[in-house]
Amino acid sequence: MNGVRERLASRALTSVAVVIAILWTTPTLGLLLSSLRPEEEIKTTGWWTVFGAPHLTLDNYGEVLSGGANGSGRLAEHFVNSVVITLPSVLFPLVLAFFAAYALAWIDFRGRDALVVGIFALQVVPLQMALVPLLKLFSQGWLFLPAWHLTGPARFGQVWFAHTVFALPFAVFLLHNFLASLPRDLIEAARVDGASHGTLLLRIVLPLARPALVGFAVIQFVWVWNDLLVALTLSGGTAETAPMTVRLASLAGTYGNEWQRLTAGAFVAALLPLLVFFALRRHFARGLLAGSVKG
Amino acid sequence: MSFDAVAQQPKLLYLLQGVAAFAAVVSLILLALHRGPVRRRAAALLLLAPALLLLTVGILLPGLRTLALSFTDSGGDTWAGFDNYVWMFTDHGALVALRNTLAWVVLVPPASTVVGLLYAAAVARSRFRTFALSLLLTPMAISFVGAGVVWKFVYAYRPTGAGQIGLLNQLVVAFGGEPRQWLVDSPSNVLFLIVAMVWTQAGFAAVLLAGAIRGVPAELTEAARLDGASSGQIFLRITLPSIRPTLLVVLLAQAIGTFKAFDIVKTVTGGQFDTGVIAHEMYDQAFRYGETGRGAALAVLLFLLVTPFVAHQVRARRRAG
Repeated sequence: MNGVRERLASRALTSVAVVIAILWTTPTLGLLLSSLRPEEEIKTTGWWTVFGAPHLTLDNYGEVLSGGANGSGRLAEHFVNSVVITLPSVLFPLVLAFFAAYALAWIDFRGRDALVVGIFALQVVPLQMALVPLLKLFSQGWLFLPAWHLTGPARFGQVWFAHTVFALPFAVFLLHNFLASLPRDLIEAARVDGASHGTLLLRIVLPLARPALVGFAVIQFVWVWNDLLVALTLSGGTAETAPMTVRLASLAGTYGNEWQRLTAGAFVAALLPLLVFFALRRHFARGLLAGSVKG
Repeated sequence: MSFDAVAQQPKLLYLLQGVAAFAAVVSLILLALHRGPVRRRAAALLLLAPALLLLTVGILLPGLRTLALSFTDSGGDTWAGFDNYVWMFTDHGALVALRNTLAWVVLVPPASTVVGLLYAAAVARSRFRTFALSLLLTPMAISFVGAGVVWKFVYAYRPTGAGQIGLLNQLVVAFGGEPRQWLVDSPSNVLFLIVAMVWTQAGFAAVLLAGAIRGVPAELTEAARLDGASSGQIFLRITLPSIRPTLLVVLLAQAIGTFKAFDIVKTVTGGQFDTGVIAHEMYDQAFRYGETGRGAALAVLLFLLVTPFVAHQVRARRRAG
């Protein structure tokens, strides 16, 4: 009797999970199938009709990457911009936070604890709190800080700066927690042998910290690649510097019914994060938790 | 206009310059560290200086300046007292954004956590766990903007009689209903945006909760089973209490993320039809309408709302391990 009820309960739970899985994948599947259909068909019939009369093409991808009479394609240029934005925005905070975390975890100096708390506390500041003054700083300067007056590709510098700065509090937090948990004996032994902080940092701590560094890099990559707010406010919004998210968001607004471009564009933009995600799934999940309070 | 590879060269050159300049700074720091036994304080300062400088110039000072700007007028130069804060609680658009943000924060964390929990409970001990969890996590990898496009398509509207291209209207029509403009009719359109947000967040909950469920000692559940407890009882009495710290972390993380939600609104409706939220309204005021003071005040509000959640989160995360 009990066994029957148990089996029913377990089967009910499994069915719920299957329903959830279907609900969660169907919208994406619909978009993917649509991106492969000719423009005329996307706009007149639902993607589910494709199973009756499959008629697939890659035209939309060609169109959105480099085609379009009114310049509505050009996603290839924005792809380059996304790459140029993302690489330094991952590398810079990674290295600087590693340095800072090492100093905070393994060098004893006065005021260290206060500094740790202070940097961690900056995690509460949302991006929105800094955007207006940052924009003013870049264009007009402020107090003793000169204006940056960046034009053309140099605008990438503004985006790198914002992403680096806003990654630092949580990156230092994440790496400090990891470094502080390394075995004390190991570090002390190297100190006794006369190793300098430079040697310690590069030869001993760096290899040990690899998992934490990769975890941060993965989540920061996905975060920066998918970011819209920093890009909209600081990248200038032109084809010269804006990343794909800006382009896609503006396609969704201006050409709200150009589904042939939107569908294909969404998948072009998602290509790299999806690859990273499936290749480094474990790090992704762990990084998610670490980054859950960020920005 | 086709893709012009030559036009990309200045960008790549700038990328190389940027990385090279950064590498030079890093090398200088490491070189200084290597040169003999630097004193402890000097070594710490050397390693911390870049991060501290950036945090000061990029977060601390701008944050304080935003606070000051929230008491100024649209240009950001003239003192305006509490005008912006009064505006925030009297203006129709701002009030709608506050109401919607409240709805988002009340609905998104519990909904995505319940979905994630049910899913995690079903797949945590299954052979297909990795694959099953990936299905739910994919929306997170394709970005909020991508998710916005996905759901805008689901909600797409065609007049009665025309073939529907949006999945939701197709379902409605299939059951004999009239197609509706889901994203236009207020206030239910807010709920349809919230569905999109839940869709992006449930995978995060499922992954963390599945991890926690697997961490519950098997002896505990086995002992209860031998005592005749049903699996429902075991889940409610043993599994749920054991994973409570993780549940809290997940709920708080989602509340924080939901307060700052901006991309989905921007992509799907652009804040039209009374669908704005605080983060989106802040962007519009500060960067579209040039209302610096109002934008700054909304940013301060966001900061005040998020702070207790983040503080709680940092503590909860330490407990969850």
